[in-house]
Amino acid sequence: MNKKADIVIIGGGISGAAIAYNLALKGMKNIIVVEKRFIASGATGACGAGIRQQWGTEMNCKISKMSCDFFETANETLAYDGDIEFKQGGYLLLATTEKEKAQFERNIKLQNSLGIESRALTLEEAKEIVPMLNTEGYVGAAYHAKDGHLNPFHTTLAFAKAAEKLGVEFMKYTTVTDIVVENGEIACVVTDKGLIETNQVVNAAGGDSQHIAKMVGLDLPVYSERHQILVTEPVDPILSTMVMSFTGNFYCQQVPHGGFVMGRGDAGEPRDGNINSGWHFLDEMAKTITKLLPPLKKAMVIRQWAGLYNITPDRQPILGPVDDVKGFYLAVGFSGHGFMFGPATGILMSEIIMGEATSIDISALNLNRFEKGELVFEPSVV
Amino acid sequence: MEDKTIVCRCSDITIEEIRQAIDDGYTTFDELKRVLRTGMGPCQGRTCMPIILRELSIMTGVPIEELTPGRNRPPVNAVSLGAIAEQEEDHE
Repeated sequence: MNKKADIVIIGGGISGAAIAYNLALKGMKNIIVVEKRFIASGATGACGAGIRQQWGTEMNCKISKMSCDFFETANETLAYDGDIEFKQGGYLLLATTEKEKAQFERNIKLQNSLGIESRALTLEEAKEIVPMLNTEGYVGAAYHAKDGHLNPFHTTLAFAKAAEKLGVEFMKYTTVTDIVVENGEIACVVTDKGLIETNQVVNAAGGDSQHIAKMVGLDLPVYSERHQILVTEPVDPILSTMVMSFTGNFYCQQVPHGGFVMGRGDAGEPRDGNINSGWHFLDEMAKTITKLLPPLKKAMVIRQWAGLYNITPDRQPILGPVDDVKGFYLAVGFSGHGFMFGPATGILMSEIIMGEATSIDISALNLNRFEKGELVFEPSVV
Repeated sequence: MEDKTIVCRCSDITIEEIRQAIDDGYTTFDELKRVLRTGMGPCQGRTCMPIILRELSIMTGVPIEELTPGRNRPPVNAVSLGAIAEQEEDHE
């Protein structure tokens, strides 16, 4: 027998879990989340799990602040029986050029105007926060004390378990194979475990979002690019802060468990869904980080992995309904920061789906911005 | 096996905690790894994986040869960042 749902959410990462939770909280019934593998098995579980509010666009600042405020009390709000391991050790951003330093100053002005208490630091002040820092090659810094890190698996599970308690059904190890559209409206979702009759679908499929959109005849202006990470053996806490540089192309922080998690991007990374690990990344990462934080020469690398950034032309997510297909919603294209935006994605998407006024005006993040040519480019990404 | 027996020596996880997590519905090695950190430490699962797979097989009734042992990732053994940074690039 076919299943029936008021809404089907495709993707059991942070976005899908948070949307499901918020919809259930608002009283929606018959919510099904379809996940190809298990909760947080895709980009969410592979991410660096840092969270920051130091962005260069108003949208990204507002969404990240809303999310950070949620994280601060998430264990209690979601009544989680585990711990999301939230640590606010701050983010130290390093500029390699005067141009980037000026960009930081513009960003800080914007951030401050939105209630984010970031500030510019001299390199000497940066060294007070991170004494082991080798500032050679850098010209300035920015810092925000309330940025931090949390455990991506437990955070997503906290949302998923809270959603389950409210009646949401999670279909794990289930692959969506097609979405049927009739007269411009969603009719049903076809999976390898059977049909689900529904008039509403949320595409929260992360690295697979463009393939899901294709099923309703929609070409998304996104691509999925591999980004690699490594982690070292845990050691005693010696670095409380995330150290990151956009032009320097790296991020590195010691997570609460003790390991150092670090990553970088590469223009040559594959865009075909490949998430294997490569030597080139390991080489470049080791060279960059041992120069910047020399004591890390002794840190033992125990594992590399990789995940997919679902990247939009302006590095801001696509959130909201779709003009051409009634009942089809997008929460995609997070461009490498979907995890840290998760709580806001859940709140805002549930407001849109329920037909409520949104807490933040996110009409500028609708898919139609690409057609209109109304892009605001996010300058601050690794 | 005693309930308090440590199965994962990297993260001090006992057989009791593993059985509890399997009971909670985490029925693959990959899921247990994300919830408990088993297989995330310096041994990368060499110690705990066979024991966990056996426990999964007993509790779920799935034959051990049908269970997925999780994905292996480099490096094979722990290597210092310094050693990687200073090596000659002769692996092209």
